[in-house]
Amino acid sequence: MRTADLIRFARGAATGNPLRSTLLVVAMAIGVAAVVILTALGDGARRYVIAEFSSLGSNLVIILPGRSQTGGFNPGNAVTSTPRDLTVDDAQALLRAPAIRNVTPLAVGTSEISSGGKLREVMIAGTTAEYTAVRKLDMAQGRFLAPGDWRRGASEAVIGARVREELFGNGPALGQLVRIGDRRFRIVGVLAASGQGLGMNTDEIVFVPVSLAQAMFNSNTLFRILIEASGRETIEAAKAQASAILKERHDGEEDVTVITQDAVLSTFDRLLGALTMAVAGIAAISLAVAGILVMNVMLVSVTQRTAEIGLLKALGADAATIRNSFLTEAAMLSLTGAVLGYLLGIAGAALIRQLYPTYPAFPPDWAVLAGLATALATGILFGVLPARRAARLDPVQALSKR
Amino acid sequence: MSATRAAPLIALAGIERIFQLGDSEVHALRRLDLAIGAGEYVAVMGPSGSGKSTLLNLLGLLDRPNAGTYRLEGRDVTTLSAEEQARVRSERIGFVFQSFHLVPRLTAAENIALPMTLAGIAPAERAARVAQALQDFGLANRADHRPDQLSGGQRQRVAIARATIMQPAMILADEPTGNLDRATGDEVVRLLEELNARGVTLIVVTHDAALGARARRQLAMEDGSLQRDSAGMACAPPT
Ligand SMILES: Nc1ncnc2c1ncn2[C@@H]1O[C@H](COP(=O)(O)OP(=O)(O)OP(=O)(O)O)[C@@H](O)[C@H]1O
Ligand SMILES: [Mg+2]
Repeated sequence: MRTADLIRFARGAATGNPLRSTLLVVAMAIGVAAVVILTALGDGARRYVIAEFSSLGSNLVIILPGRSQTGGFNPGNAVTSTPRDLTVDDAQALLRAPAIRNVTPLAVGTSEISSGGKLREVMIAGTTAEYTAVRKLDMAQGRFLAPGDWRRGASEAVIGARVREELFGNGPALGQLVRIGDRRFRIVGVLAASGQGLGMNTDEIVFVPVSLAQAMFNSNTLFRILIEASGRETIEAAKAQASAILKERHDGEEDVTVITQDAVLSTFDRLLGALTMAVAGIAAISLAVAGILVMNVMLVSVTQRTAEIGLLKALGADAATIRNSFLTEAAMLSLTGAVLGYLLGIAGAALIRQLYPTYPAFPPDWAVLAGLATALATGILFGVLPARRAARLDPVQALSKR
Repeated sequence: MSATRAAPLIALAGIERIFQLGDSEVHALRRLDLAIGAGEYVAVMGPSGSGKSTLLNLLGLLDRPNAGTYRLEGRDVTTLSAEEQARVRSERIGFVFQSFHLVPRLTAAENIALPMTLAGIAPAERAARVAQALQDFGLANRADHRPDQLSGGQRQRVAIARATIMQPAMILADEPTGNLDRATGDEVVRLLEELNARGVTLIVVTHDAALGARARRQLAMEDGSLQRDSAGMACAPPT
């Protein structure tokens, strides 16, 4: 039998019993749609988290004071005294490292800010002009802190979008004088609303020069030193060089922790990737169920069409032809279901994105391919038994069935 | 007569067909010897259960004997593989059934084309041969009708057209008029006889004595044996 004839014959047989075929197609479609939607959710979670982390700035290396467990236990540290603080000098020293493009210190504390009788408690971040470059921040109005000597800073402040709104409402903010703690600052810039960002939300922060912040909090220590490596490839080098410089400055003790965004990201990436796989596996079970349905439906079909099978044999069809025609039918129905399920799944994922615009619910390519392949494979696999049963029917007995 | 005997189309020797029914055995055919020449018109008659259909199924290679040999056109076909037998059915044998056995979802034209489709004949040639057959069997304006839109006589004409479309050497008909009224039945028989007149060997199983009498040779079966052969040969001794 020619392939085109085989396909036409199988299609005729499939459409000849619409209820049976619809049932099978729907079962397959649900299975594939489940795979597509669930993996879209899983992978969407992964993308979401990665996007959140990426918003911290690219090629970012962060130095925090103290030795944390992330680097593993070092017996050399166990006997030493309390870790040294990070200082502005430490930060400045890091500029020597060739793999480092930008360095910015970060001192953090809370204080009250007041303007025109309004008072509010805010987080104060003491930093330098380089901060916007390292963290990739955009300005809504004005400019960021002026570049210059880190040890001396003008009394100017940059405020986040929320702070601006709460203090000034619709009125102008630039050029206004505000009181922070017991000092007066002039607002020189407003940050663009970021809306997201893990940890610190820049919308609710007031930035002032690091020297003034340290004076305000009466401390020489830094909360963090943020480093921008010169490129993605040099992140590891920047990390090593920063560690080496600080170790030298701290009398040979490794009393800081250097983390890269990459390390955090890849951990989340792996974790959520595994989650997506697990979810896909669970969804694939529904495809196995659909496969069993394929088998049942095809067995019923063989029983219903026994006389026809006998006739085909009498007309000269050999066992292979009969087997192929049933397999083709199972494959066609499975494929139809799979494609329908794929479209359904894509539509479902699109609907989720409509409802939750920040959630990137896109099914990963591998899941779509795996879902379609599994559907087709189970359809054919579970179609083998009915097809073989049909091919083995005794023609005389088959013909005598009505 | 003697010419056909010299080169028989069908030669059965010592054919046995035994059905196992639980503990008991049903001897459907007993030590059957039979020769049928090319172009013959044979009617097989006998009481119900005498083995007529069993014989026809064996001749059509739908069934295998428990013992004996069947030579078709000089070749022993009992030892052929299932695939080879299917090929012989496709090329040499046409069946006509009492209950027509048309595929309900296919049109008359598609039903007629089915043996060619199964044999992998090209669509263009199929179309030409089907058009000719529809013409020959007076079904030209029924080509696109499905079996349930056809009368019984039309259905059997479609079945006969289908049986002849591969230009077989023989047509095996098991009670072809059993489901038809007298007039339509006669018409169907005339069609079959016309085919026979053009050289196709025709073997008809029938309960109808009048129909049987029209054949040039009658075989009477009883209890699995050949009771009488109007050709005067190959009769089993009465048991
Ligand atoms: N598959 C089978 N299993 C068991 N016994 C069978 C089978 N097929 C036929 N027989 C038996 O073989 C015998 C011959 O049956 P067959 O169908 O050839 O009779 P028949 O002459 O065609 O009868 P009818 O005129 O009623 O069609 C009967 O006794 C029947 O019961
Ligand atoms: Mg019978």
